[in-house]
Amino acid sequence: MNQLHSLGLARLREGLAQRQFSATELVRHMLMRIEQHDASLNSFLTVTADAALAAAADADKRIAAGDARPLEGLPIAHKDIFCTEGVRTSCGSRMLENFIPPYDATVVSRLATAGAIVLGKTNMDEFAMGSSNETSYYGDVRNPWALDCSPGGSSGGSAAAVAARLACAATGTDTGGSIRQPAALCGLTGMKPTYGRVSRYGMIAFASSLDQAGTLTTSAEDSAHLLNAMAGFDPHDSTSVDAPVDDYVAALAQPLKGVKLGVVREFMGDGLDSSNAIAVREALTVLESLGASVREISLPNIGLSVPTYYVVAPAECSSNLSRFDGVRFGHRAEDAVDLADLYKRSRSEGFGDEVKRRIMTGTYVLSAGYYDAYYLKAQKVRRLISADFTAAFADVDLIVGPTTPTPAFKLGEKTDDPITMYLNDIYTIGVNLAGLPALSMPCGMVGGMPVGLQVIAPAFGEGAMLNCAHQYQQNTDWHSKCAGAYQ
Amino acid sequence: MTITSEDIDKLATLSRLEFAEAEYADFTDKLGSIVAFVDQLQAAPTKDVTPMAHPLDQEQRLRPDVADPAIDRERLQSCAGETEEGLYLVPRVIE
Repeated sequence: MNQLHSLGLARLREGLAQRQFSATELVRHMLMRIEQHDASLNSFLTVTADAALAAAADADKRIAAGDARPLEGLPIAHKDIFCTEGVRTSCGSRMLENFIPPYDATVVSRLATAGAIVLGKTNMDEFAMGSSNETSYYGDVRNPWALDCSPGGSSGGSAAAVAARLACAATGTDTGGSIRQPAALCGLTGMKPTYGRVSRYGMIAFASSLDQAGTLTTSAEDSAHLLNAMAGFDPHDSTSVDAPVDDYVAALAQPLKGVKLGVVREFMGDGLDSSNAIAVREALTVLESLGASVREISLPNIGLSVPTYYVVAPAECSSNLSRFDGVRFGHRAEDAVDLADLYKRSRSEGFGDEVKRRIMTGTYVLSAGYYDAYYLKAQKVRRLISADFTAAFADVDLIVGPTTPTPAFKLGEKTDDPITMYLNDIYTIGVNLAGLPALSMPCGMVGGMPVGLQVIAPAFGEGAMLNCAHQYQQNTDWHSKCAGAYQ
Repeated sequence: MTITSEDIDKLATLSRLEFAEAEYADFTDKLGSIVAFVDQLQAAPTKDVTPMAHPLDQEQRLRPDVADPAIDRERLQSCAGETEEGLYLVPRVIE
């Protein structure tokens, strides 16, 4: 009973079905853990204890009646970027401090329909703009492996909550690495599906051609269970892809024999911490021992992915965030003298510095005289980066390599220099520009901190990608490691 | 490309943001370093490359022009600062 938090979704699912414990017992246990541990982590912004217990009672009735749904009774958390009807959704910003959405995001409603129970909403970088969770208006999140370190970002609250086993899984969003980087720094399996695979409806927009919802879990198997419920066409999202959805759990039974893996030459050189490189190479040896073949590949334009991203993403952000005007929802400045004053002051009071910088950068690259030199140029380089991936996938089935250059860094270490912070996402950003699915999974420890291995698949290759991670996790135990204080 | 405090003024106006005097130096500095960083794109050879607006090169899907009553006006407007009889209230626009 006391170890329920360490079982993971797949085992909890079996335990609930076999009546080893009830959903109510499980939810009470998780709420108690949040109460016990979250004061030092700051991973939750809102805990919905009453609603969770009511949902657990309902789940127990369904299980008793033999009417359990695929995720019945499993307690998860949502990143506070997903609209939840009647529950404050802040997006980590003062702008939405009092925003209570009148509807659920599709991700939220799909997981609820599948029977998952929401424990609460997790902290995040403001409007998902950050790689350390330090841009949140509601305070830094701490890494469960070392409280003076960042959990990564922007889905840092989700990552810290799952890593400390305060939630059995959590949702996240990934625009440039915001699921995979915190997963790597916190020792989790973090998955970003193909662009358009999961609906963006009700997910507060940052950069609409890059944003995608995904999962933070303790295993690839758990990710597959969640993706089965989350994936699929949604008429409410104009970029949702109307393509058949695989059974991702059924995809986990394939041996790796004959699978061709490509290691990106450009990711393994300068800039990669030597200890991280050793952990990644050891993981490749394990994958080879399972029957996969490993060869080196090149993505010649990948070095331009971070500057490309920091044109495209701020441009889209400056457009998306123009909706926050103090009129229809969000922060409204008091005593505005006229409409222009209302706009300016509501936005200046509501947004933090990093969000303002990105809006200003986006406005700059889209403004008259600079559009061709920056925005159009970046869209062309984006094509080159995407074409490199397409060429690579002609020779290999999956691409593997590091998720981040180093293990978790100290809070405050990179806040003074935006470029240093941006470069933390150097291995993850290209995937978003190309719209591909990718995951990070733990593959070792350096100085007591987890290291992530990234696996990238061709578009809609989530099944093969999750299977590769699952086979690795069947033969290693890095994914089940948990920081001592939270075991 | 160097960013000046005049650029910050212009961009702030376009972005509907305002900055206190004390914030100017830091914003000018950091925005300047971001623009210098993305300037490395200029060296990339992109002659005859088609710009990529959508990662999967999909066309924008259109829906029939039919009202979706999923969320009613009253509930939507409950998020607003000030409303009256179904209208949003803003400070005066014209003298």
